[in-house]
Amino acid sequence: MSKMITLTIDGRKITASEGEKLLWVALENGIYIPNLCAIKENNRLSASCRLCFVEVEGLAAPVTSCTLPVSEGMVVKTRSPRVDRLVQTAFELLLSHHRLECSSCSKNGSCELQKIAKERGLKLRVKRFKPLDYETEVDDSPKTFVFDRSKCVLCGRCIWICRNIAKVGAIGFSRRGLERVVSTFGDVPLAESPCTECGLCVEACPGAALARVQA
Amino acid sequence: MKLLEREKEIISNELQDIVDEYQSKPENLIPILQKVQDKLGYLPLPAMEKIAQALHIPAVDVFGPATFYNQFRLNPPGEHQVKVCMGTACYMAGGSIAMESFERRLNIKEGETSPDRKYSLERVACVGCCTMAPVVVVDDEVEGSVTPTRVDGIMLSFEASDGEKKQEQVEGPEKEQREELEKEEKSEPEKKEGE
Repeated sequence: MSKMITLTIDGRKITASEGEKLLWVALENGIYIPNLCAIKENNRLSASCRLCFVEVEGLAAPVTSCTLPVSEGMVVKTRSPRVDRLVQTAFELLLSHHRLECSSCSKNGSCELQKIAKERGLKLRVKRFKPLDYETEVDDSPKTFVFDRSKCVLCGRCIWICRNIAKVGAIGFSRRGLERVVSTFGDVPLAESPCTECGLCVEACPGAALARVQA
Repeated sequence: MKLLEREKEIISNELQDIVDEYQSKPENLIPILQKVQDKLGYLPLPAMEKIAQALHIPAVDVFGPATFYNQFRLNPPGEHQVKVCMGTACYMAGGSIAMESFERRLNIKEGETSPDRKYSLERVACVGCCTMAPVVVVDDEVEGSVTPTRVDGIMLSFEASDGEKKQEQVEGPEKEQREELEKEEKSEPEKKEGE
């Protein structure tokens, strides 16, 4: 793992240790690649947000950079018409299941979705798809934060943190397809679950699905 | 949905044996869930909690797969099982209208069982007779072209057949309970007319 290699990202020569995932190499060298579901310490990546696509010379189709180990002489382009198109569609699909109310949102300005839109020149609007219903109840049972499913993009960061860092395991994915949600065991409110309200999930949330209660 | 005392008893009696058959490894989760459903007919929450304890995983990790796969059901099967087809043809022909009619008539949601365990309502994907869409399978009998009126008819036939049974075996408290239920059901069509 410690063997150093050289690769090219967007024309820049970069040295990195072999086997590290391309996404982190790029981010650490100041080259932004959109991402939501990736967690550096997680070895079993879901690669489910479909936002971190890049073009690699010699590969037929764009690949997700979070799952791609870097190797000697790799030539990477973070933008191409194909990449942009994939990212645009994936982003719009995410937004179709996300309540857009940026101006009144607590995360306005520090939101990961806004950052991606800004970096890639994407619109925070759903044009091509029919937005899904988000008639979900807000779980305000914890004292320090609230959980608003209508803003959840199912990246799974909170679940990973809850399990691997907080070592609690109060939340997880349940159901499937359009009904997939982050929930507790038996869909009980968080206050009735094993949740310790450590707040790590709130830090991990890229949007405002999990947000601190404003004092 | 609340579990009845006798159901809780069955769960605590049956479960330990099943869990003991398997090694305490997370990869045994699905086989255990299948076996439990085989024995009990459904996966109650207390059973899932016990399985989680045995496998040393968070309970929500059992809940996830149990709600993900269609083969698992979370509520006990009712005496009468209603399965509404939501395959493409039935969906287009108004399967959701049939589903909603049943939900209203039975006062339960899709996937649930009535508190007296008489009816359970399920959604299935294609039963193989799309020309009869929308199709509902009622206790293994296939009903085609199910309109809300037909739903009322199906419910009436249930009530009639149960009425016969009731006359055969006159039971005190249970009879009262059923009569009460029938009263409720009778009052519902009136509500529907107003909608």
